[in-house]
Amino acid sequence: MRKLVIAISMLAFAGSAAYADPIKDRQALMKERGKLAGQISKVVKGETPFDAAAVLDALKALEANAEKFDADTLFPAGSDKGDTTAAPKIWEDMAGFKAAEDKFLADAKAAVASPPADVDALKAQLNTLGGDCGTCHQTYRIKKS
Amino acid sequence: MAWLKKLVGAVIVLGGAAAVAGWALSAPVRLDAAAVAQLGPGDAAKGKRIFYAGGCTSCHAKPGAQGDARLELVGGLELKTPFGTFVPPNISQDQKDGIGAWSEEDFANAMLKGVSPSGEHFYPAFPYASYARMKPADIADLYAFMKTLPAAAGKAPDHKLSFPFTIRRGIGLWKRLYLSPEPVIALPEGTPDKVLAGRYLVEGPGHCGECHTPRDFAGGVKKGEWLAGAVAAEGSGIVPNITLGGGMKDWSEADIANYLETGFTPEFDSVGGAMVEVQRNMAQLTADDRAAIAAYLKAVPPHPNGYPARKPAS
Repeated sequence: MRKLVIAISMLAFAGSAAYADPIKDRQALMKERGKLAGQISKVVKGETPFDAAAVLDALKALEANAEKFDADTLFPAGSDKGDTTAAPKIWEDMAGFKAAEDKFLADAKAAVASPPADVDALKAQLNTLGGDCGTCHQTYRIKKS
Repeated sequence: MAWLKKLVGAVIVLGGAAAVAGWALSAPVRLDAAAVAQLGPGDAAKGKRIFYAGGCTSCHAKPGAQGDARLELVGGLELKTPFGTFVPPNISQDQKDGIGAWSEEDFANAMLKGVSPSGEHFYPAFPYASYARMKPADIADLYAFMKTLPAAAGKAPDHKLSFPFTIRRGIGLWKRLYLSPEPVIALPEGTPDKVLAGRYLVEGPGHCGECHTPRDFAGGVKKGEWLAGAVAAEGSGIVPNITLGGGMKDWSEADIANYLETGFTPEFDSVGGAMVEVQRNMAQLTADDRAAIAAYLKAVPPHPNGYPARKPAS
């Protein structure tokens, strides 16, 4: 019984720890997003051959990643401090920040809904999605050394 | 007390001489007749490339403008710097509020000498310290291209600066120290044309050094730390070191060119901050131009970062 209580409390602790560091969580999500963009980019550049199924998987993964992005959980008040490159502008203009993210989600959904048939179609989709990355990072991220 | 009178007299004479010299040295200097003759008739089609290399629209379009509205150069962005707030003016073809009434010579004096048609100094927030390295023919082409852009009425607000930066005449002395048409990086005889072309784009129209190089107390670019990165003039944060001494040292030339085209780093991070606008302009250039820029960046002497290391998270 004692062991069970300890185990449960440890689990609870581990669970709360996962939420205790929104900075790490949001960075992990962004890293994954970059990796997926990298996979798609390799196809656009001709470094990996175009495989419709693999491309669709990558786009679906991007959509799933975007779905997981919840600004309220990942960017709570006070999480502008610490090892983060999040710009103070996020908390000054939370509505604008959420709109930028919503656009990315909508564009990812649109890409999955009309899977690209060739490299050119994929390139156009990557331009749109990559543009969303830049638009958000233009205002809501600061560069640190 | 005769000695005191003499001293006072000497001080007045010296002070007066300094004032006269300062006044003479700070006078706006225009292009001479020979330089004006080199301009020639411009080609608007070629000028479009220079327009995007120069990034004119990033500062002079209405803040937040998208699509074709980026070609309406009404100004109004606020650049908040330690010297005060600079507001890029209307440079659309409007006769009254913009530069529609400027001659080609007026335009060349602004770009190469930082002097307005009425004979005032412009503040070097307008990066003529870089544009001074541009070829006269490119200035003429740019002028011709800008003539094809729309007129848009509306004066942008004035700069909001603090003393002594409110004294425009002082810029004349600044120009004596920092304004030169010479290249920053001397390249040896036999340097490939590609690298030379890149040097021209980066040091001249591209004005990359204006943000990517640290500045001294007088706001002049420290040429000994060329492109070493700097504390951002606006807001917090830094502008990265883009020499081989910085985070880009492992990027290939193709990586640099691809970043300028797509906005993705080799690690698939994306472009951010003020560079977003720059990258979108660079994407309008030819692949050859982007490759030239990459080749030049590889030829620039490496420097350690021109900004302090990040403080550990507290």
